[in-house]
Amino acid sequence: MTHSSDTDTALRSLLSDVLGLSAERAAALTDASGLFGALPELDSMAVAGLLTELEDRFDLVIDDDEVNGDMLGTYGDLLAFVRCKRGEA
Amino acid sequence: MLATWPCPGPAGLLDEAAVAFDRGRAARLLIVPPLFEEMNRTRRFLAEAQRALDAAGIDSFLPDLPGCNESLQAFSAQSLGSWRDAMLAAARHFAATHVLALRGGALVFPTSLPGWVLEPVKGASILRQLLRARVLFAREAGLAEDSAELLEQGRIHGIELTGYRLGSALVEGLEAAVPGGEGPKSSTQRVIHQSELGAGAMWLRSEPGEDPAQSEALARIIAAEIAA
Repeated sequence: MTHSSDTDTALRSLLSDVLGLSAERAAALTDASGLFGALPELDSMAVAGLLTELEDRFDLVIDDDEVNGDMLGTYGDLLAFVRCKRGEA
Repeated sequence: MLATWPCPGPAGLLDEAAVAFDRGRAARLLIVPPLFEEMNRTRRFLAEAQRALDAAGIDSFLPDLPGCNESLQAFSAQSLGSWRDAMLAAARHFAATHVLALRGGALVFPTSLPGWVLEPVKGASILRQLLRARVLFAREAGLAEDSAELLEQGRIHGIELTGYRLGSALVEGLEAAVPGGEGPKSSTQRVIHQSELGAGAMWLRSEPGEDPAQSEALARIIAAEIAA
């Protein structure tokens, strides 16, 4: 299994792809950086795409019921969710 | 640059549009776009790739799928079968020698042509993502919808997903379709992975964008492999 710091790196890379962020901006995301609700481009369609990519890149299955503001509110929330799904937390 | 081609429709042939770079050269590439929102997200990327292909001596043609973009046909009347027929008609009209299909375009391209598929995706994955977007959107509006129930409804009556009215035939087609799964296998198409283009995929971006370096990388790969 990938080391948890690699999860962080891979998640930044994924957000950079979905949101069109530069590497610098993706690296500057902190645990408190707002995602869903804070970024207008992250609408329900973009979130659906993000979840599909999460499943592909991290080899996860995410139920619709698991998707809510708690796991997508901030970068830290999303990272914790992915780590938990991967058994890292 | 904007060309038309005769496309089969419900009441005979009608004109559809294509972005064409045609100087009557030997290598003629048909580009089959991705489906749904990914088509919009990759439009500028593909137009830039067409310019780079033109500079490399390759003619290229990016037709509209019926019901999409400039097309006057009804989206709700489309199926993977109608899109396959349309792309075959476009390939014949433009006398394509090669094909490039992107993402869901790999479900409807003419498999008789040699060429490339960029990050092909299964129909079931496309459908799942569309259903999920609808469920999330409904939830934001305080409504509870269930993907499995929506899918069942879609199979029987068709369904509206992310602004597209999918007929039941399109829903059923997507559920089963795998890239290159239909049509003659007389030619082979190489899979191009996004990593070969050296940056994040344009079809992933929530806002349409452009990346000339990626478009040029794609054109370079195709030009080199046509010349080989």
